[in-house]
Amino acid sequence: MTFVFNCARAALIVAALMGASAVRAADMPVSIDNFVFTPAETQVSVGTTVIWTNNDDIPHTVVDADHKYKSSALDTGDKFSHTFTEPGTYEYFCSLHPHMTGKIIVK
Amino acid sequence: MTHDAHDHEEGATRRKVLECMTWAGTGVLWTLAGGIPRSTGLIGEAKADESKAFSFLQLSDSHIGFDKPANPNANGTLTEAITKVNALPAKPSFMIHTGDISHLSKPAEFDTADQIIGQSRLDVHYVPGEHDVLDDDRKIYLDRYGKGAKGAGWYSFDAGGAHFVGLVNVVDLKGGGMGNLGADQLAWLQADLAARTASTPIVVFAHIPLWTIYADWGWGTQDSEQALGMLKKFGSVTVLNGHIHQVMQKVEGNVAFHTARSTAFPQPAPGTAPSPGPMKVEDSKLRTVLGIRQVNFVPGAERLAVIDTPLAG
Repeated sequence: MTFVFNCARAALIVAALMGASAVRAADMPVSIDNFVFTPAETQVSVGTTVIWTNNDDIPHTVVDADHKYKSSALDTGDKFSHTFTEPGTYEYFCSLHPHMTGKIIVK
Repeated sequence: MTHDAHDHEEGATRRKVLECMTWAGTGVLWTLAGGIPRSTGLIGEAKADESKAFSFLQLSDSHIGFDKPANPNANGTLTEAITKVNALPAKPSFMIHTGDISHLSKPAEFDTADQIIGQSRLDVHYVPGEHDVLDDDRKIYLDRYGKGAKGAGWYSFDAGGAHFVGLVNVVDLKGGGMGNLGADQLAWLQADLAARTASTPIVVFAHIPLWTIYADWGWGTQDSEQALGMLKKFGSVTVLNGHIHQVMQKVEGNVAFHTARSTAFPQPAPGTAPSPGPMKVEDSKLRTVLGIRQVNFVPGAERLAVIDTPLAG
């Protein structure tokens, strides 16, 4: 009985892990090229990790307009990621070149 | 009503004229008399009256640490700029540096810049560019260059009969905006200027231009109008900026605005490229688009000669 119980519990755990894996949101890339966030606006599901990559010859930053998260200065090729765990609209900008703005809509 | 309409029309015409910025060619000597610039010829041909001239230099945008294709050797071109400074026939009184000393605010980059610029043996008055304050508390810059300064590094001093004001417009920038002075600095500026007579020549220097050159690229300062309002009472105001890595000039009333070349790499003219990023030019052309600036000031004559000299060509 103990053996059967353990097997059943193990199967449940495996199923739970597979389930978690199946619903895990995909990463969302945002590139920084020519002083522009691309895409400038994007819609993602809760749990998505957004990964910004700076492809410019000049450093940039990613700073949430409400200061919920911020990157350090990203030199050429550097990446910054943030996982969005709550639904909402998140506006961000580059604190070095604030005319650069972007928006993440989390549903 | 007719009078109002006439004023409006005149104002609009004046604005239109003022919007036409002067694009300076390489090596043109601009003489400022009563705030109005006159081009007096090419460098080498023109002679400013140097008999009693008080002069200072402007360096800008050294970007020590930058190593991308637009200029893999920013140390080398800064060294060439200092060599040019040291070769000037009349030793300038001091130098101002209008920011982006470093590329990434690294202590080693500032060390290198200090070592190269120090070869001029001139006092240097700095204001930060956005590349110099990448650390959260701006401590690296302020510990090194901010002694005696207020807030994020602003200050003023008197020299040669003129009043110099160094402003900081690269911190606390707001999303969607441009450069920013902020309420604290504006209040300080008001008090600082209140103590000066209207006949005192004023030189204001800051990293980002204090007039809007091109908003799409953030080339302007959000709240500069307030600062410029405080400067209206003065008969001679000269505003010296960097940030855009090219020479541009504009005159509005008694205020003359100038942006300087970088010693590291050029940037495109407004709107002529997909972005304001570093512009790669032919290697043989690089030194013609980098340079230094000398400003001559003759006490009493209220005349400033702003001379932009490229590293070569």
